[in-house]
Amino acid sequence: MSDYGVVLFHTTSAAFAAEKVLKKAGLECRLIPTPRDLSSDCGVAAEVNWDCIEAVRNALETAGIDTEGIHKL
Amino acid sequence: MIYLDHPATSWPKPPEVIRAIVEFLEVTGGNPGRSGHSLSVAAGRTVYETREALARFFNAPDPLRIILTHNATHALNIALQGILKPGDVVVTTGIEHNSVMRPLRALEKLGINLQVVPCDMTGAIDMESYHCALDLKPRLVVLTHASNVVGRIMPIDRLAMLAHEVGALVLVDAAQTGGVVPIDVQAMSIDLLAFTGHKGLQGPPGTGGLVIGTSVASGDIEPFIYGGTGSNSATEEQPAILPDKLEGGTLNGPGIAGLGAAIKWIEDRGIYAIKAHHEELINLLVSGLADVPGVTVYGPQPGEDRAPLVSFTVKDKKVSDVGLRLDRDFGILCRVGLHCAPAAHRTLGTFPEGTVRFGVGPMTTRDEIEQALSAVARIAQE
Repeated sequence: MSDYGVVLFHTTSAAFAAEKVLKKAGLECRLIPTPRDLSSDCGVAAEVNWDCIEAVRNALETAGIDTEGIHKL
Repeated sequence: MIYLDHPATSWPKPPEVIRAIVEFLEVTGGNPGRSGHSLSVAAGRTVYETREALARFFNAPDPLRIILTHNATHALNIALQGILKPGDVVVTTGIEHNSVMRPLRALEKLGINLQVVPCDMTGAIDMESYHCALDLKPRLVVLTHASNVVGRIMPIDRLAMLAHEVGALVLVDAAQTGGVVPIDVQAMSIDLLAFTGHKGLQGPPGTGGLVIGTSVASGDIEPFIYGGTGSNSATEEQPAILPDKLEGGTLNGPGIAGLGAAIKWIEDRGIYAIKAHHEELINLLVSGLADVPGVTVYGPQPGEDRAPLVSFTVKDKKVSDVGLRLDRDFGILCRVGLHCAPAAHRTLGTFPEGTVRFGVGPMTTRDEIEQALSAVARIAQE
């Protein structure tokens, strides 16, 4: 079973922007309630496959979407 | 019934807009992006899609710099009250709506230095006075894209270029032009664009927004409304990041869904096709009105670029009587009076009586315009 990563954002709007960017790049992404142990900053976070984390990072950076942090679950 | 009150609010709305509103209320349902459950995420996605559609429509650089508001007035207040500080010089024109003039007059009492550049009787800005006002090194220049009384289109790109030369930011009120005149905020050098959803954009009332260009930093605008955003929940300070900084409180989800569908409706038809339709009808209307004995038409001449509206008066007739007769005896709906723009009417010389205003929309027909012209001719004759 592969591991998951959670990408945190500063705003919920950025989470929805990220979802579009990742889907367009062919990367799996599910929006989930932000795990409380990781942050209280934004209600929505993106769950992604940890195997693809570098591709996720690159796609978000290219699109100019700031993250608040990326955590391995 | 002939509906010629599109500059107040467009009607009827496209069926796609109504369906999108109903779908949001019946199906999507959640609070956009607050809770993280499936309905909240679906609602958040809908809101984001409208942000994207608006960014594409106005060629804004970033969907996250579209602040969703209740209307253009709300957007203008965010910009004016959020940016200006006592001592700042602000330049505006003599043809603005009260959505601009009232916040500016209130800020004037708090110590801003307000310079109102006069316009001539057709609504054209006095360039010599504009240059003089810019010599005072304003922080902000506030311009209507088109007057809601005479419809004349301001030469925004030229005025913005001059404003930028003295280091001012440019705020444009697009209440009468969004969805009616093509707007490219980057090509036109607009730093801040305030728009409403319920007029030319064909969306529902209770929607609008402020496009914030990259020339304006998030730190340049203080919030006008503070409140919950679904982000930074551990702190009682407003988040510093856009759009949340300026969007405290739950957004109008159903309205925003409708606005997204409205943008798509306009894009499917093409804004240039809509504009050509409006031009044909408004030119017919303006030249037809000018031919009616006793009727005075204000604003640009037929054939000159304008938003699709026209103001006129009938000799020896009160505008309220003309409006009442048009409605009661001819089924023609329009707006009479001062149109929330006393400054504009002072410029035209029609204060305090006001004018009768006709405006056309994408569904208005030639036949309706001909009926309106003959109704005005009948009333003028009596």
